[in-house]
Amino acid sequence: MNVLEVEDLRKHFPIRAGLLRREVGRVRAVDGVSFQIAAGETLALVGESGCGKTTVSRCILRAQRATSGAIRFAPEAGRVVDLASLPKRELRPLRRHMQMIFQDPYSSLNPRMMVGDIIAEPLKVNGVPAAERQARVLELLELVQMPPGARTRFPHAFSGGQRQRIGIARALALNPRLVVADEPVSALDVSVQAQIINLLLDLQDRLGLSMLFVAHDLSVVRHVSDRVAVMYVGRIVEVAPTDALYRTPRHPYTETLLAAVPAPDPARRGRRIAVTGEVADPAHPPPGCAFHPRCPHAVERCRTERPELTEAGAGRWVSCHRAAELDLMGVR
Amino acid sequence: MVERTSLSIRDLAVQFESEQGVVRALDGVSFDLQAGRTLGIVGESGCGKSVTARSILRLVDRPGRITGGRILLDPGTPAQADLVALNPDSRQMRAVRGGRIGLIFQEPMTALSVHYTVGNQIMEAVLQHSGASPQEARARAIELLREVGIPRPELRLDSYPFELSGGLRQRVGIAMALAGDPDIVIADEPTTALDVTTQAQILALLRGLQERKRIALMLITHDMGVIAEMADDVAVMYLGRIVGFAPVMELFKAPRHPYTRALLRAVPSILAAPRQRLSTIGGAVPHPGLRPTGCAFHPRCTEALEGRCAREAPPPIPPGQAGASCFLAEAVA
Repeated sequence: MNVLEVEDLRKHFPIRAGLLRREVGRVRAVDGVSFQIAAGETLALVGESGCGKTTVSRCILRAQRATSGAIRFAPEAGRVVDLASLPKRELRPLRRHMQMIFQDPYSSLNPRMMVGDIIAEPLKVNGVPAAERQARVLELLELVQMPPGARTRFPHAFSGGQRQRIGIARALALNPRLVVADEPVSALDVSVQAQIINLLLDLQDRLGLSMLFVAHDLSVVRHVSDRVAVMYVGRIVEVAPTDALYRTPRHPYTETLLAAVPAPDPARRGRRIAVTGEVADPAHPPPGCAFHPRCPHAVERCRTERPELTEAGAGRWVSCHRAAELDLMGVR
Repeated sequence: MVERTSLSIRDLAVQFESEQGVVRALDGVSFDLQAGRTLGIVGESGCGKSVTARSILRLVDRPGRITGGRILLDPGTPAQADLVALNPDSRQMRAVRGGRIGLIFQEPMTALSVHYTVGNQIMEAVLQHSGASPQEARARAIELLREVGIPRPELRLDSYPFELSGGLRQRVGIAMALAGDPDIVIADEPTTALDVTTQAQILALLRGLQERKRIALMLITHDMGVIAEMADDVAVMYLGRIVGFAPVMELFKAPRHPYTRALLRAVPSILAAPRQRLSTIGGAVPHPGLRPTGCAFHPRCTEALEGRCAREAPPPIPPGQAGASCFLAEAVA
């Protein structure tokens, strides 16, 4: 069963200019994105800055309203709502079922509130009685491996990693059906990042979390996600089970991304393919396949005809005219 | 191959004084930079890697100050100069900063002004460090932009930094660092703010420039992948000290300090198995003001010796030698 089904999601921002602020163009930040997240599954949405991955997550949480498309969400078994079109007042009771883990553990916690109150806040808002709240806070602290004494202290007393644990405890307070994590470990030191990655793996096992993991770091993504969707200039170019994507990428952009990551092994030095050009501007995407100006495999068709995301084997989808004939390099 | 040593740091100590007490940001750091080689300096926040860079350029601001040690430019030659002895605002130091030693920042906008064109700023830097005429400076600026891989440099000269993408901006930042024709370059997290494909391009550019110009490159990063890709030698820092030093292959294959070992195991890898857990280091890096006694790593170290590591600080690594500042490493050797 799917917890989330995103279908043909679009988010366009108008570019206005002149005295009358007329619309002179559009930034197609998200331009026809579709994917599903099954119960208990972690899907990573990866790509470089400006690819639209954060906009997708903001549309799902309705921090932004989608221009078009459907976001079908199952808050409980047997019930499905479309987050893209739902009126605001019907959205509020659904909020408890989808929670967010933020990137910056320093700015996402209220410095004037005690940790116990921060974690209890969503419980309070949703009418959980005080006595139950206490017990739940202790349970949550245990879940994120923090001492019970933490609840009477303020955020500044904790390190970045501990604050991220507090943020995770708050996100899990109401047993959400879906957790959206936007770069949850990218602000942390390596030694602390490893702790949080392990914690997320634990929570996936213990709670069967369904998670949308938005990240740019392909190394982190390989550890925590079941499937990966790669975005480029507002579109998904490839979706595949994690291991398959890394071993046998089918889209040249995925190959490029993987090749660009420096592996922590000096013996692999120089085994890279050259990376050329810059990420395309979503206000002026190239015609045809948006990746064609940087693609070493591009042919005439790629410059004129936009490829659609099509099925390419078990659980694999790719948006490339030449996907079937190319033999691309993965990491192994 | 013996290379010319361009810069020798010896027993460098930097302290920050505050009402809460004295913070030893650097506590006896020694290393050499050699022409044509890259020294990678790696560590987590608060380890002192950026303070090291700022000290060399004499850019440590109050309440911080250098309290000991030497920073020797051209050591062992008649031209040897101790930068610690110079006034940070002196003409001599200004000639070193941006002249002999170029600096590349994490965020290139640190080095660039929003008010002037790219060309103006590079020409200014060229003029400051050479006797060039304005016309020659313009030609040199175009050449520099071409060298760092900026397409159509004659046109880019008139761009403002905000008109450029992050990757182009960092290329301009590198051009600025090269304007004084330095033989030593310090790059402080030069690719941390960049996307991964841009990072790959900038790293390739840095390596090419370094090899061609025989630059002594000091590359500061928190990223073990960048170290593996770029460094010839690696210094691992923890709370103001170098705890491990080795040629890059040796450091990754046979790390001698428990912190280096733990750090390497904690790095997420693009080669990981599905759902692979990482080894972790317990706790977090302490605030430099709350430096543990003895070996600063002992509270997080799984191999700490009962009664010894908490009390006694292990000796520093002699500069130029591979080793670890750890009693255990001593016992093995």
